[in-house]
Amino acid sequence: MSEVTLAEEQSSTEVSSAQTIILRIAKFNPEHDSGSEFVDFKVPYERWTTVLDAILDVKKHLDHSVAVRYSCRQASCGSCGMKINGRPRLACFTKISELNSDVVTVEPMNNYPIVRDLVVNFDRMFANHKKMQPFIIREDSEVTTATKEFNQTPEQLEEYIQFANCIKCGLCNSACPTMATDSSFLGPQALGQAYHYVADNRDKGKNSRLKIIDDSHGIWRCHFAGSCSQVCPKGVDPAMGIQLLRGYLLGFRK
Amino acid sequence: MRESTIMKIHYGTALAAVVLVAVHVLFRITMMNYEDSLAYESVIANYKYVPYAIMLELILVLLSVHGFNGLRVILLELKQGRSYEKAVTYGCIAGMVGLVAFGSRTILMASMGMT
Repeated sequence: MSEVTLAEEQSSTEVSSAQTIILRIAKFNPEHDSGSEFVDFKVPYERWTTVLDAILDVKKHLDHSVAVRYSCRQASCGSCGMKINGRPRLACFTKISELNSDVVTVEPMNNYPIVRDLVVNFDRMFANHKKMQPFIIREDSEVTTATKEFNQTPEQLEEYIQFANCIKCGLCNSACPTMATDSSFLGPQALGQAYHYVADNRDKGKNSRLKIIDDSHGIWRCHFAGSCSQVCPKGVDPAMGIQLLRGYLLGFRK
Repeated sequence: MRESTIMKIHYGTALAAVVLVAVHVLFRITMMNYEDSLAYESVIANYKYVPYAIMLELILVLLSVHGFNGLRVILLELKQGRSYEKAVTYGCIAGMVGLVAFGSRTILMASMGMT
């Protein structure tokens, strides 16, 4: 394990900062390396510095080769999910000062193939998401009929609205213990989205979605560990959605 | 069979088994000294009392169905693959049928006095 300290040049975070941490980054290139290796970087931080800021600081000044995926920096795009001190989090939404640790370890998320360093491959998650038919299914449409909008009461909206907050960051799938062993499991992200559309009263595709999730690697493989809901940065509760979906399949909900 | 149907059977057998095993344990406690439960004469007497033998048979079937489906689920989560999953499913069905057949044979033979 090697340690690199910040160069004399000006940092993007304030140089006057008295506080520093060791940022331990997992480096791994599947094309060349046999296993991942941690590299330590000493970086200054302020109260408002996020883990993503620190990684970008390292990338700018110390090691340009660090691979990290990011975009909006405001917990909206779902790009910068990674394991921070052992827990899946969004790097742009996690302040270093909140972690209360002198060493911040960043690793790629579990349960995904690693592309490089902190970047993982989301192909399977997006494929499962698409499988759930994540759109309103019905014969008529607001656009073509000259009748009216599909109005909803606040109560009808309440049934599913939290699931519409999903940003597809993949943290829930990374935290899921079933996904760690069952490579065919649909995962909490996809199942949460299935509930989203099943619970939407405008949608008429309930039966086809229930058929898709009623599989040997579908909804029944969830053991309700609840870690998916624990790590969601947007307050979505996929574990609850999965239990409610089971209600439809067991005949408790119509 | 749809997975939801299998899981309904799974939950149903669990609930029914809990009830019947509770009845079985209550019988042991109320009808005799608990420590005599496994005495040879007591066991044979249980099998010869037809309603009780039927209840034991039911417990055997319920626990076999529930247990082997549980094993199937665990094995499916451990490893995936078309042929592996088929082998696990058919293996568990065979195991379940085998255990029920062997247990039923024991209950039948004991209840008919073939000991």
